[in-house]
Amino acid sequence: MIGCFGRRYDMLDNIHFVLLVSRQGKVRLTKWYSPYAQKERSKVIRELSGVILNRGPKLCNFVEWRGYKVVYKRYASLYFCMCIDQEDNELEVLEIIHHYVEILDRYFGSVCELDLIFNFHKAYYILDELLIAGELQESSKKTVARIISAQDQLVEVAKEEASSISNIIAQATK
Amino acid sequence: MASSNSLMDSLFQRSLEDLIKGIRLQLHGESSFISKSLDEIRREIKSTDLSTKSIALQKLSYLAALHGVDMSWAAFHAVEVVSSSRFEDKRIGYHAIAQSFNDQTPVLLLITNQLRKDLNSSNEYEVSLALECLSRIGTDDLARDLTSEVFTLLGSSKAFVKKKAIGVVLRVFDKYPDAVKVCFKRLVENLESSDPHILSAVVGVFCELTTKDPRSYLPLAPEFYKILVDSRNNWVLIKVLKVFAKLASIEPRLAKKVADPICEHMRRNVGKSLLFECIRTVVSSLSDQETALKLAVARIRDFLVDDDPNLRYLGLHALSIVAPKHLWAVLENREAIVKALSDEDPNVKLEALHLLMAMVNEDNVSEISRILMNYALKSDLLFCNEVIASVLLACSRNSYEIIVDFDWYVSLLGEMARIPHCQRGQEIGHQLIDIGMRVKDARRELVRISRALLIDPALLGNQFLHPILSAAAWASGEYVEFSKTSYDIAEALLQPRTSLLPPSIRAIYIHSTFKVLVFSLKAYFSAQDSTSSPLVEESTNYVSSLVNAFTYESISSLVDMIELGLCSLSGTLDVEVQERAKNVLGFTGMIKHKIIEKVTSPESVIEASRAVAFMEDVFSEELGPVSSTAQEKVPLPDGLELNENLEDLQEICGEFLKPVVDSNSNSFSSSEKISFSVAKLRISDQLEASSSSSSHPPESASLLAEHRKRHGLYYLSSQKSDDHDDSNGNNNNTLNEYPPANEILADSFNPKKKMNQSKPRPVVVKLDEGDDIKMKPDGSSNHEPLSRAIQTALMGKGKEKEREKDNPERSLDSGTKEQSLRKDKKTKKKNGEKSSKHRSRRRSDKDASAAKPVDIVDFLL
Repeated sequence: MIGCFGRRYDMLDNIHFVLLVSRQGKVRLTKWYSPYAQKERSKVIRELSGVILNRGPKLCNFVEWRGYKVVYKRYASLYFCMCIDQEDNELEVLEIIHHYVEILDRYFGSVCELDLIFNFHKAYYILDELLIAGELQESSKKTVARIISAQDQLVEVAKEEASSISNIIAQATK
Repeated sequence: MASSNSLMDSLFQRSLEDLIKGIRLQLHGESSFISKSLDEIRREIKSTDLSTKSIALQKLSYLAALHGVDMSWAAFHAVEVVSSSRFEDKRIGYHAIAQSFNDQTPVLLLITNQLRKDLNSSNEYEVSLALECLSRIGTDDLARDLTSEVFTLLGSSKAFVKKKAIGVVLRVFDKYPDAVKVCFKRLVENLESSDPHILSAVVGVFCELTTKDPRSYLPLAPEFYKILVDSRNNWVLIKVLKVFAKLASIEPRLAKKVADPICEHMRRNVGKSLLFECIRTVVSSLSDQETALKLAVARIRDFLVDDDPNLRYLGLHALSIVAPKHLWAVLENREAIVKALSDEDPNVKLEALHLLMAMVNEDNVSEISRILMNYALKSDLLFCNEVIASVLLACSRNSYEIIVDFDWYVSLLGEMARIPHCQRGQEIGHQLIDIGMRVKDARRELVRISRALLIDPALLGNQFLHPILSAAAWASGEYVEFSKTSYDIAEALLQPRTSLLPPSIRAIYIHSTFKVLVFSLKAYFSAQDSTSSPLVEESTNYVSSLVNAFTYESISSLVDMIELGLCSLSGTLDVEVQERAKNVLGFTGMIKHKIIEKVTSPESVIEASRAVAFMEDVFSEELGPVSSTAQEKVPLPDGLELNENLEDLQEICGEFLKPVVDSNSNSFSSSEKISFSVAKLRISDQLEASSSSSSHPPESASLLAEHRKRHGLYYLSSQKSDDHDDSNGNNNNTLNEYPPANEILADSFNPKKKMNQSKPRPVVVKLDEGDDIKMKPDGSSNHEPLSRAIQTALMGKGKEKEREKDNPERSLDSGTKEQSLRKDKKTKKKNGEKSSKHRSRRRSDKDASAAKPVDIVDFLL
């Protein structure tokens, strides 16, 4: 029970979790760097989106929440939220969020909520290139873009092989 | 059959996109669609075709991430998918694992080999997938088994892989501290990397490590210093500053050294995030460096007036860090802080409020409270109560340490009660009573304010303020002698609108009325026979001005008013109210009769004045404040089992409801055994008065005795107390021996305060003194292990202890880690001779710094 709301001293993570929530309260992406059970996850999402969505536009981008700080920023209809410790640098996290959005923008070509809805796994892969174990690992947008497209190519090649007719026949006659 | 099924599945399987579209089409009943899809997924995931399986898994992770579906049941399938040779499948598999596995997942052991294989893969993207997965789910076992792979990757020529490996090291160290022996050296070498990404990654790792245990990383200070001076990368500098914030707080000389470069960064036109990190480092760890602090405070000032609410908030936050040590920085920015109170952002307002409260002292408390009360009047419910609570807390701290003028404070409390949004009635009421008991000089004002509160019609309807009314009613009854006219008080207490109050508070009103009545009667009688009664003298000093205020007419109109006010309550449903009303009515009935007769029969006057004198005695005992630890100081008597099963309570309660036979006959003989000494104390004070005329105390004593006889089980043994009482008979002694109330003693040492020391301990419900004395040493020895435990907990690193609570194993780990870190350094020392020139330089640093921390600074100089 300590899990959800007690402080997690065992984790070294800088960022504890990342949430993308739409203005209507729909969850678009969740990434947990600290261990939260499924039940806790839903609870956290409910609680935080309640707090954040109700905040006015001219307020500061930080919310104190259960001994943590949640840094959020709204881009169009989406709220990007990251949860950090009290001692972490809020402005730095805002920059990370912005960085992430810029990379998404570059990848999708002026990204919108629909892009993220239908390519939700891509958004994850990009996030994984940006952060590892809750730490920023790649600050160059160009590099991230290059890495992602290289991986996409790997996938494409494999897909072509798999969807060839001969492959399907081979599967069927196995 | 199975294969054809599988073929159907793979040909007609819904893709992730289909699933997403499907969910979006559902206007209602999203959940039924999801559960239908889940059934599909369960079937598909069993397919022998890996790509069908992986798509099913991908859909499942989608549902788990966004719709909170449980996916722990698919753990084994995720492991299967990871083993696919196709990159896409692998990626889906690793993603699912990172998302759903935890330390308890049973199939965790199955992926060790797969991870090893992928970590050794020639495809850097597969390596990266495995590293990411390890960084998320690495357990003690995985960390141990894969340390060598991670070590190899730390030396990878591909920056892409290397920086991820560095990121993973953090997790590996955390889970398997022995890995430090293997990997630490390579990690440190990367501190001199020219690649900014590598540097960023490795500094990030050290930043987190230092947070846990700064002392171990002190020897690396020269490397960090070099980065601090040379780097121009914001991300890197922020991390290095965090490292120095930790290091400088344990090594003051380091603080002096890094102050200059940090100031340099602050003067440069750097990004706001870096600037803020500089400020925070200075205010939290370098606050003794004057120039740095001044510069930081100047920067904070810029933040406070910035248009960006983020900067305003962070500026206030930084001030609150510096406040305890350098209050001047806060005072300098007072105007900006007060302005922030009307900010539209509640976070900014709260931060400003906390800062204002940090500034409060004896001299400015009234001014700051004035400002805050104005804000409380204007602001919304939440913030208003936050303000009130902060003022209450700040003013009452250390028994009202900062309050000099209690008249002012009491009227401030009265003002708070009138703020429309106020919901802190509980605390305000508590403080009113507390001040009444602790501060004699404030009582006159307290009674005045109390009456004003009682007659304020706005308060009666607000249930949050009822505790205030109850406190005001109590205070005006208890300290009625300070009022100008007791008639007004009685009138306020009896106003018809009190019917809006809950019965428990009405009872207090009635009881206070009783006190007012008794006081007035006494004043009246003392004025009547000022010639004879000795009772007058003790009270004349403070009542003298009032004595003559009561004429026959005024006293009888008071009695009439009370009778009129209470007669309707004698039939009320609430027993407490009814009983109290009846008590008062009975008393007035008796007294009224005597007063009217006074001209004809002088004896009845004497009788009446005796009765009044007795009642006066009942109320004259002054209540003192009770230490919050008083209850703990009452030792547990021998025979008392607090945890005993109280099954037979039922039976006793049943008995209780039966009519009790009143027996006056045995009253005096049994009263000697009474352990509740309330009555006894009064009796010994005014032995003559009570024993001669009134029948009340013996009667109540006899009832007590009766009760005790029947329910002896629940009484404490009284033998010892009686012996003790007999031996030193008088009350003062016993009072002194009672455990003192902490707070009051502390007060008396502080000459600054206007506080009057009140009696150390109220005499109500006092339990056996004899036991008390005997048990005292016992009690303290019981506390010793506890306090020792707390002391050790406080002296040890708070964090470590917390973690120990969370997970004892892990904290053991970190212990070994520290050890092994040191060990590592030692081994390095040994190997130093045969190593390269570069390494031997490091060795000498380390040797020097390990031996004497002074040398770090020398080196830097």
